[in-house]
Amino acid sequence: MAKTDTARGLLITPIFQNNPIALQILGICSALAVTNSMSTSLVMGLAVIAVTAFSNMFVSLIRNHMPSSIRIIIQMTIIASLVIVVDQLLRAFAYDLSKQLSVFVGLIITNCIVMGRAEAYAMQNGPVLSFLDGVGNGLGYTFILLAVGFFRELLGSGSVFGMTIMPTINNGGWYVPNGLMLLPPSAFFVIGLLIWAIRSLSPQQVETSEFRITTNTKPHTAQGSV
Amino acid sequence: MANNDSIKKTLTVALSLCVVCSVVVSTAAVALRPTQQQNQELDRKTNILQVANLMEPGKSVEQQFGEITQRVVDLRSGKYADDIDPDRFDQIASTQDPAMSRTLSGPQDRAGLGGRVENYATVYLVGDPDKPDEIILPVRGQGLWSLMLGYLALEGDGNTVVGLSFYDQGETPGLGGEVDNPRWKSLWPGKEIYPEDSTEPAIRLVKGGVGSNTPDAEHKVDALSGATLTSTGVTNLLQFWMGDEGFANYLARFRDTSQGA
Repeated sequence: MAKTDTARGLLITPIFQNNPIALQILGICSALAVTNSMSTSLVMGLAVIAVTAFSNMFVSLIRNHMPSSIRIIIQMTIIASLVIVVDQLLRAFAYDLSKQLSVFVGLIITNCIVMGRAEAYAMQNGPVLSFLDGVGNGLGYTFILLAVGFFRELLGSGSVFGMTIMPTINNGGWYVPNGLMLLPPSAFFVIGLLIWAIRSLSPQQVETSEFRITTNTKPHTAQGSV
Repeated sequence: MANNDSIKKTLTVALSLCVVCSVVVSTAAVALRPTQQQNQELDRKTNILQVANLMEPGKSVEQQFGEITQRVVDLRSGKYADDIDPDRFDQIASTQDPAMSRTLSGPQDRAGLGGRVENYATVYLVGDPDKPDEIILPVRGQGLWSLMLGYLALEGDGNTVVGLSFYDQGETPGLGGEVDNPRWKSLWPGKEIYPEDSTEPAIRLVKGGVGSNTPDAEHKVDALSGATLTSTGVTNLLQFWMGDEGFANYLARFRDTSQGA
């Protein structure tokens, strides 16, 4: 991947070229749970942007004083505190959405993207760059969430951001909604198809095989590794 | 950098980080609590106004809620329990208190409440509390996946439905989740809970639709398609809460006066 240290690069690269979900396959769990409508996807994305950006910044600020033996738990403490603050803010100022997101805001703590960026980027770079890197990766996450949410809400409820596009049978329209799209497993299919599409457009994202599958052999002469 | 790993430095960093983080977290929690509680309260009042069909855009929720009187009812006798302050009474929490609740044995527990039901419930009366225009009752019961919590609004005769709506449920989206669908909810107004001269609730959900030539159409509502278990849950919870363990004793007083009038 192209290494960029410019502010623009930090913000843009994670959206397409180095997307945390599509390329690194991180943070899939919450992408399954909250993407059945676009408004929840958007709020979840904003919450992750805030947490990644600020946790990166704080980790970066104290990186030169961090004992390496306890650095992971320090990162976790910072992330967990920020997530609680975000959760409390949502409950106070966006009550309806926080009801829909319920436990998933709290589960940002376990989102691999946040931890991954703190460990991989913020530990080596200054606070401003780290903050931007956090925003960029949060944007990449939000982008995929909105894309998945778009298909799930359109095909599952016939609407986009709650506005009816295809009136459903239940509401007297013509569209028979696909119920599977409202359930978490459908996000697997949509994310899989998105990754396929992205990698077809930019083939350099396709990973090289880690091992070669050999032709069928008897077990004691097998060559391939696992 | 090497001295970062000394025991002293490790302890100092860990300790100071903990102090800073706990101060931040507790500040946020304490400072935002009033707003959060206000939100919950507003949410509850909005739900009640919506089920009673009283929601008028442009007027504040607080102002509209002013027309509503809250009373606590003893479900066993059907009388008002005026020694309990409705503003402080938490109905759901009271099911955990042995002094405020009773056990239900197998078949009595139709709504799937886990074998316990509270003795007291908060009711909301619209208009004159002695001759209310509408009576709003909290109802809840097990659906397919979740406990469905909602409100049932009745007219002043204690029998005719004004509306039924659930404010918290986790049924299958698109199937059982359609209990929130405004089209389905619009089937409810005008339905009657009890047959004449009976305290046995007759209201139920039926498959295949309810037309003008369906017998007893006034007690039947079209079930949710593809959601048999959620529909059964709705029937069960209504029969429970409108039955003797629920509000039947309380509602009898309105039915008597309306028949006498």
